Amino acid sequence: MSLRVEDVVCPFCGCLCDDIVVYVENDEIKEVENACKFGAHRFLAVKKHRIKAPMVREGQDFKEVSYDEAIKRAVEILTKAKKPLLYGFSSTSCEVHEVAIELAELLGAVIDNTASVCHGPSVLAVQEVGYPSVTLGEVKNRADLVVYWACNPMHAHPRHMSRYSLFPRGMFTDKGKLERFLVVVDVRKTETAEIADLFVKVKPGYDFEVLNALRTILNKGDIPHEEVGGVKKETLMELAERMKNCRFGILFFGVGLTMSRGKHRNIAEAIKLVRDLNRYTKFSIMAMRGHYNVTGFNEVLSWETGYPFAVDFTRGYPWYNPGETDANSLLQSKDVDAVLVIASDPAAHFPRESVRYLAKIPLIVVDPFESLTSKIADVVIPSKVMGIEAEGSAYRMDAVPLRLKKVIEAEGLLSDLEIMERILEGVKRKLSSKSEIAVKM
Amino acid sequence: MEFILISGRTMHQGETLHQKCSEDYMKACAICEMNPEDMKELGVKDGDVVRVTSEAGDVNVYVKPCEGLDRGIVFIPMGPWANAVVPAGTDSTGMPSFKGIKVRIEKADGRVLRGDELVRRYEFEG
Repeated sequence: MSLRVEDVVCPFCGCLCDDIVVYVENDEIKEVENACKFGAHRFLAVKKHRIKAPMVREGQDFKEVSYDEAIKRAVEILTKAKKPLLYGFSSTSCEVHEVAIELAELLGAVIDNTASVCHGPSVLAVQEVGYPSVTLGEVKNRADLVVYWACNPMHAHPRHMSRYSLFPRGMFTDKGKLERFLVVVDVRKTETAEIADLFVKVKPGYDFEVLNALRTILNKGDIPHEEVGGVKKETLMELAERMKNCRFGILFFGVGLTMSRGKHRNIAEAIKLVRDLNRYTKFSIMAMRGHYNVTGFNEVLSWETGYPFAVDFTRGYPWYNPGETDANSLLQSKDVDAVLVIASDPAAHFPRESVRYLAKIPLIVVDPFESLTSKIADVVIPSKVMGIEAEGSAYRMDAVPLRLKKVIEAEGLLSDLEIMERILEGVKRKLSSKSEIAVKM
Repeated sequence: MEFILISGRTMHQGETLHQKCSEDYMKACAICEMNPEDMKELGVKDGDVVRVTSEAGDVNVYVKPCEGLDRGIVFIPMGPWANAVVPAGTDSTGMPSFKGIKVRIEKADGRVLRGDELVRRYEFEG
C-alpha cells in the first residue's frame, strides 16, 4: 500500500518544520519532501544504525535479553541507587517527560535535560531579566532586521532562514529577503556570515563587551573606545543605528553566547540590549534551541516543579541550583551513583571528566539508535523513533506546541512512553514491596 | 603552537549524528579546521594527524584548512573528539566551556580513534 502523509512535523531540530510530506510504501519511507538535509536523513535512514534488541552488559560484552528482563535490570539499578540521575529527554515527547518527572520524584532522583549543555545559561538569564520574545510567525510576517548572534543556522537549523526569518514573504514583508537586512555576529566567518548584509567579527570571549558597547551607544550616544572586542567603533555605531531604525527587529542567539566566557551574563546583556531597543522600535529576542523538543522538557518540568531543568528531588521536594544539580556538575563531583539516559548521547557531548565517571557507574540507555552512551551502558533498551514510529507532543523553539505524527509502524519495539511507564510501574512495585518488608521488620 | 579552540555544530556532524560508531561520523567530527597560514607554520597539510592538548587531556584529529578562521583560532565539530579537551567545571552555571578553550597543537604520528573506541577508553581511565 502506498501512502502520502502531509503536514508531518520533522523530529530533528528546534525549527520543528511542520510542512513535511512523507511517501510510505509497505511501511517503508520512500521519499520525503520539503525537509532539509538533516530532516530528510532522519526519515529516510530511520531503519539504519538501530539498536536491534534489549541488551545487558556481561563483562566487556553485551547479551541480548527480553524487554521484560532489561526493564527489570533497569528497575534494580534505579531502586538500588542512593542518588540516581535521569538525563536527556530533548528528542522525545512531552508525554514521556511527564512520566519521567513522576519517576524522578518517586526515586528521589535528579532530573535534567540537554538544556544544561545548550541554553541552560539562557534560562538563567531569562529568570533574571525576562524574555521579550515572539513567535516565529511574527518574525516571518514583520521582521525587517534579522540578527544572528553566535549561531550558524546554515549548519544547525538549515530551514530557519527560508521558513521563518530571512527569505519568506510575510504579511508585512511581502518582498521577502529584499525587504530584510541580515546581520551576523560571530567569531568566525561561517556560511551564514557569507550571505549577511553586515558581518561583525568578534574576538572569541568578547561578546559581553560588544553587547555592552551597543547598549552604551544607545543610551549615551557614544563610547570612549575606538575598538571593542575586535569590532571597530564605526561598525558598532552603524549596527546600533540600524537596530534603532528598523520597523521590527529580531535577535536570534546561539550557543556561541552560552558556551563562551560570560555564559548567562552574555545572554542577560543581549536581553537588556533588546529591552533598551524597545524604547525606539519593536525588537525581540529568541534562543536558537537545538534538539526538537528541548524546549518541551523545560516547559513540562516548569509546570510540574516550578523549575525548567536540573531539578533535584533528593530532599523530597524540587530543588534547583544549576552548578550543583545539573548533569555535568553531578558527574564531575561524583555525586550520583546511577544514570538513566533517554533520547540523548552524553558520552558524545559531555566533557571528558563527566564521561570518565559516567563510564564507571551503572548506566541505563533508552534510545532507538546506537549511541556512544549505549557503548558504555549496563542496560540498553531500544525504542521507537518519536515523530516517525510513535506520536507525541513537542515544543518548537518559540514555545509553540506541535503534534508529532506516526508515519510508519515499528513492530516488536516499544515506544519511549511505554518503556518509561513500565520502568515507573516496576519502581512502584519494588518500592512498595521494600516498604512492606520494612513494616514487617 | 598555541590556539583558541571553538567547538560547534556542522551539517556533516548533524547528518551522521545517529551513526556514531561509523567511520563517517569520525570523518565528520574528528577534524580540526585551521587557518592555512597556521597550517604552514605548523608544517602540516590537509588530512595530517595532529594532537590537540588542553588542561583536560589530549586527542588526535585530522587537520583541515579553513579560510573563514582567523589565525590562532581552530574549530572542531561538537562530539567526543572536541570534548576530550573540554575542561572540567561549569563556572557554577551547569554549562561546560565548550568554546574558547586554550589548546596546544602539534603534528602527531598516532592514529585517530573511532568514537566508540574513544569513549570506551574512559572506562579504564583513572
